[in-house]
Amino acid sequence: MTATTTRTSRDARTSREPLLQVRDLSVTFRRSGEEPFHAVSGVSFDVQPGQTVGLVGESGCGKSVTSLAIMGLLPKRGNTVTGEAVFEGTDLLKLSPKQMRDRRGRDVAMIFQDPLSSLNPVVPIGRQVTEVMERHQGLSRKEAEPKARELLDKVGIPDPSRRLKEYPHQLSGGMRQRALIAMALACAPRLLIADEPTTALDVTIQAQILTLLKDLVQDSDTALIMITHDLGVVAGLCDEVNVLYGGRIVERADRHDLFARPRHPYTHGLLASIPRLDSARGERLNPVPGSVADNLPWDHACAFAPRCSNAVEACRTTQPELERIEGGVETPRLLRCHNPISEEA
Amino acid sequence: MSTAATETTPQDDVAVPDDVLVDVRGLKVHFPIKRGVFFDRTVGHVYAVDGMDMQIKRGETYGLVGESGCGKSTFGRALLRLEEPTEGTVLFDGVDVASLKGETLRRKRQDMQMVFQDPLSSLDPRQTVESLLLEGMQAHGLAKDGKAATARLRELLSAVGLPPAALRKYPHEFSGGQRQRIGIARALSVNPQLIVADEPVSALDVSVQAQVVNLLEELQEEFSLTYLVVAHDLAVVRHISDRVGVMYLGALVEEADADDLYAMPLHPYTRALMSAVPVPDPTTEDRRERIILAGDLPSPANPPTGCRFHTRCPWKQEERCDTERPQLRTIELEGVPGTHRVACHFAEQIQRGEIQPHEVDVSFVEQVDAQPDDATPVTVEPGAP
Repeated sequence: MTATTTRTSRDARTSREPLLQVRDLSVTFRRSGEEPFHAVSGVSFDVQPGQTVGLVGESGCGKSVTSLAIMGLLPKRGNTVTGEAVFEGTDLLKLSPKQMRDRRGRDVAMIFQDPLSSLNPVVPIGRQVTEVMERHQGLSRKEAEPKARELLDKVGIPDPSRRLKEYPHQLSGGMRQRALIAMALACAPRLLIADEPTTALDVTIQAQILTLLKDLVQDSDTALIMITHDLGVVAGLCDEVNVLYGGRIVERADRHDLFARPRHPYTHGLLASIPRLDSARGERLNPVPGSVADNLPWDHACAFAPRCSNAVEACRTTQPELERIEGGVETPRLLRCHNPISEEA
Repeated sequence: MSTAATETTPQDDVAVPDDVLVDVRGLKVHFPIKRGVFFDRTVGHVYAVDGMDMQIKRGETYGLVGESGCGKSTFGRALLRLEEPTEGTVLFDGVDVASLKGETLRRKRQDMQMVFQDPLSSLDPRQTVESLLLEGMQAHGLAKDGKAATARLRELLSAVGLPPAALRKYPHEFSGGQRQRIGIARALSVNPQLIVADEPVSALDVSVQAQVVNLLEELQEEFSLTYLVVAHDLAVVRHISDRVGVMYLGALVEEADADDLYAMPLHPYTRALMSAVPVPDPTTEDRRERIILAGDLPSPANPPTGCRFHTRCPWKQEERCDTERPQLRTIELEGVPGTHRVACHFAEQIQRGEIQPHEVDVSFVEQVDAQPDDATPVTVEPGAP
């Protein structure tokens, strides 16, 4: 495990038929007596096999709701989901709950932020891993057990035979997250959604988990949707990055383009507000003023305008569209802004 | 360089320079582990803080970093006597805080305040901002004159960047960043000298984090405050600290001026920690050499013998590492100033490249961690790889 690893570049990304096509996804929450809340509106993106797509933004930007909607995990009442999420020709959003259950865990799997609350506290780890295989592959518990041991070994859990019999509380945070990843991988899904998988972990453990995810994607051609607020995680892991604000994509680019030349003032502001290990010390941070409001008005305005230093009159009267802009060789650059940061800046 | 294996002997004869505000010597905080239904049998101890020495100078920001469970928060709390120290002294402005009692201790608290990680749970939900801020002032007799107190409240709010209308509101009416501002205003209200900030920005969104970091810096200048910032985020700590201490399992493993530490980390743990922090720059990320540590932090109830880090250290040697606990020491190497201290037997050799890192078997780390309740130190054979 303690190998000093170097990242190999992964530019050679062949464009194939997308594995998942999300089109115009919108999620609206309705509460009686309250204004409907548009958590996600008009989000579209593609995921290719073996590709890592990042959804980045601060709390409340709709990144988690997007993934829950794709997985069919939103509560059945009190919300409206529109749009499409076509996975290998099937629109996941149109499947019945039963059909979705057959796919979830087999074709599409998810890893959550808090491993303790996503594991069953009264069932041993091994049983929770074999359960998935019993459900989807029709294996008996006896048949599934050696596979579970293999999986735990693959995700770097030492002494898997002993760990199989242990309960979630007996494992450390990093081990629990590994166990959760083992469960997600049990049926070799083609798409993995990771929602802040390392936010609850320490940096050294985070590095272990990220390396594990990176290797998985590279070795098995699994597609990964990475949901995070940490721009550092994005920089090292994602091929394509989508920045979300107020439930909409405001900028999309290849990670190299995005970090070298952020065009949206929000992306620019986010990058300027994080202290970095590799920059000169003592520089004052330039935070984005204000904070995310609850229901952001995208109608007839840009929702970011009140916090934007680049805002012009048009930003307060017309809604900007997500448009293709110059630059970006493999991943077309998209931007939703009336007055973007100039390319030189 | 002599590295005598004296287990944390406070050097009592060393005179404390005038510019030192906090002087901690050999501080230990151990929590008993209790078992049994009828009898509180103590079956072991959690060695949360186990021999900390630290000096914080007036007006500086000392950043204390480490992973969860390393004892950094307990240390911060022990400094303010929010935890009872088991052993050691904490001299604050020349007065031993560890020996203070009752009213004198309460009075002393005026000089030392704390800012907590979670602003919502550290603010009473039923108190308005006004009464939250006044409470501390009244307790220390600073709000006798009603008019002056009101003026002071407005001054505090404007210092932390909140509108005067905030006084009549309750904590739930504010956003996370604003709540943290209230927490900071409360700490400031009694004119403290030292503020211990325990993870002051880790619960906040990135854009708001930067606002609070900037605020802390402005206030330090305005009120000539001394900070101890306890955090796990190395980038934030580097940004605001003058000096940084890295903690592992209850003790410092390295201490230096922020720039020196980040330019040349000497301790293997500091190196691993820094290489693990993701940098928001794809080009750097692709090129980086990453030291991936094996396994998890060992249980502080059963710390490894010798160097606490030897079970996970890629540079561990056959001798000394597992038997002799290294003390903080300066090392003689070109480019390493005398303020840079490290607790590693082989820091020079590692820095000069004479010792190469090797693989660490994860099961070896696990083995030590396997019996956390056993109070006796586990003896392990030197690493096979």
